[in-house]
Amino acid sequence: MKSPAPSKTKKLIKEALGNGALRSAVFKATESSALSRQKIIDQIPYWEDLRDKAHLIKKDVIENLSKYLTQFERNCELNGIAVHWASDSAEAQKIILDIAKQNNVTKVVKSKSLTTEEIHLNDFLKANDIESLETDLGEYIVQLNDQIPSHLIIPAMHLSRKDIGELFAKKLGVEYTEDPAQLLLTARKILREKFLAAEMGITGVNFAFAANGSFCVVENEANAHNTLSLPPIHIAVMGLEKIIPDVSMLPYFLKLLPANATGQKSSTYVNFIGGPTGSAYGEGPEQIHIILLDNGRTKILKDPVLRESLYCIRCGACLNACPVYQQIGGHAYGWVYMGPIGSVLIPQFLGEKEGRLSPFLSSLCGACTTVCPTKINLPHHLLTLRSRIVDSGNSKFIERNAIKIWSKLGSNAKVYRLMSRIASFFQSKLFFNSPLRVPGYNKERQFPLIHSEGFRARFLKMNGDKKNG
Amino acid sequence: MKVSLFIPCLTEHFFPSSGISMVKIFRHLGIDAEYIEDQTCCGQPAFNSGYRHEAVPLAEKFIRLFREKEYIIAPSGSCVSFVKNNYKELNISDELKPALKNISDRIFEFTEFLVDVMKIENLGGEFNHTVTYHDSCHLLRELNIHDQPRKLIRAIKNINFIEMNSADTCCGFGGTFSYKFENVSVAMTEQKCKNIEASGAEYCVGADSSCLMNIEGFLRKHKMNAKTIHIADLLAESLKL
Ligand code: SF4
Repeated sequence: MKSPAPSKTKKLIKEALGNGALRSAVFKATESSALSRQKIIDQIPYWEDLRDKAHLIKKDVIENLSKYLTQFERNCELNGIAVHWASDSAEAQKIILDIAKQNNVTKVVKSKSLTTEEIHLNDFLKANDIESLETDLGEYIVQLNDQIPSHLIIPAMHLSRKDIGELFAKKLGVEYTEDPAQLLLTARKILREKFLAAEMGITGVNFAFAANGSFCVVENEANAHNTLSLPPIHIAVMGLEKIIPDVSMLPYFLKLLPANATGQKSSTYVNFIGGPTGSAYGEGPEQIHIILLDNGRTKILKDPVLRESLYCIRCGACLNACPVYQQIGGHAYGWVYMGPIGSVLIPQFLGEKEGRLSPFLSSLCGACTTVCPTKINLPHHLLTLRSRIVDSGNSKFIERNAIKIWSKLGSNAKVYRLMSRIASFFQSKLFFNSPLRVPGYNKERQFPLIHSEGFRARFLKMNGDKKNG
Repeated sequence: MKVSLFIPCLTEHFFPSSGISMVKIFRHLGIDAEYIEDQTCCGQPAFNSGYRHEAVPLAEKFIRLFREKEYIIAPSGSCVSFVKNNYKELNISDELKPALKNISDRIFEFTEFLVDVMKIENLGGEFNHTVTYHDSCHLLRELNIHDQPRKLIRAIKNINFIEMNSADTCCGFGGTFSYKFENVSVAMTEQKCKNIEASGAEYCVGADSSCLMNIEGFLRKHKMNAKTIHIADLLAESLKL
């Protein structure tokens, strides 16, 4: 699954649920991620204050986005960082290709970046005869397997050690092993050479600072560090919402992100990028480019309620907390963003027709929003999107009419009770008083019996008894 | 003291006994419980499925019926939360808007009312079984109800209360989600039922009929040992009401 297919989510879900190995891998990984997150948070007494603060910072950023971006652009230029604006995937791809061509680049190394997944960069570069290699271990595995990540933080969550061992043996011709240390060593050996040969490094951006035109990339494996420092050209692809006013606000996020993402007190590496060689920062690559990617974000920004979905820092905690994600994993959502935040972003990025099922793929349990570091009210947005989808005519005819009828009948208590009596009559005559069969519900669950004597009747009887007695 | 009963659809048609148990407990406590006969559905199924306009007449009807009531009590947290938290999202007529605040302040889930308003944690009674408690999502995360039902359960004599693993994980029902994505919903329910079984409990207590309907349906279909019981039924039974 590579191209967006959220409208095919039912088919993808079926495949996922039928894949026992995938399910157990995802279930275990989400459980243990959620547990290690909780352990760390229990040690941070001011956790809720951090979330409040992060929410407010993001709110300010999103409400004043153009101001901060203009400031950022100006300061980047002062630092010698070239700023490019891309309104969609195609524009972003073209900018990257042009820079590559101008510099005769044929080999690219990449660090983990969801924004580049969003613009399908690997496939695009490959089609243009440029080798683009993922250097984060999880991403490397997923790329080797010709897939996209199934989790925002743990790209290969859907694969077991056995799967990875087999993949390495098949694709790299090494001896089969399940030993993570051995597998890591194999990947490292290959990646080291690729780092040294690469002419261009591409990364994402975690946080960018308007006040001084610099940005940072957070990671654990040092591969991003190598990606942005070894090759002579560095391109960073950044979603417009990644900006924060200034670096003094970073500490809040540097606590929230690693705790939520990987259950760490702090990330192993925080790379700051301030300018190329010769600039005030002195030590960077020869060229640094930053691409500010819109790709639908300004459209989201226009909606005063749903714009909150741009507060996301892609920590992945809502996926681990989500009992739906736990069962089906990430690929079943059909896009590069999955889980609760994916279900909120899909119809906004890809349209209400393609995304018509996504906001419904949730039991609205609300576990996601309790873990979100920027306090995005995810269930609320799912509900808003559901009503938008219905209003835009993207719901099923039968459902639409059934609910219309229910609403009409339910406004009249007499009719409402009559319906129940009719149903109970059917139950007794057609099903001989065994539970009704309700297609779409009772394959694995018995439907309860409708009582011919409902609460009202019983209550009246009871009251009568009381009065008489 | 007088309370007004809000009897959600599932209680009315499928689980009337939980509603009746609630009434019995109120009587036992000397609380007068009235039932407005004209009530129907609060509109949650329509709203949650994206049909906001269709939820409006139901919500308006509810507000008209309950606007003056001092306490509105339901044996189902999800419907309480819907009225309390989501009616304000609806395009209801201006004339009814001022009444909304009163309703939001005055509507309570059954255990929340007993423990937080009435300050009753121990009803007495006895129940000689092992039970566990399932946290329904909307009770837990929208109404902040976690300790209240546990306090009431623990106070019952001879009851053996054990926490199951992931008591606060969704049972998979989710209203129309349960048939729109039946297979995902069932996978979640299966996980919940496994946790109930593993806890060794004979009964899974709950405070929301929809979750109990879902869990019970899976347990029976798969011939598992545990049963579900609504907390009002548990309390009434332990008091032999
Ligand atoms: S929505 Fe919140 S919890 Fe989910 S990935 Fe984004 S920041 Fe993390």
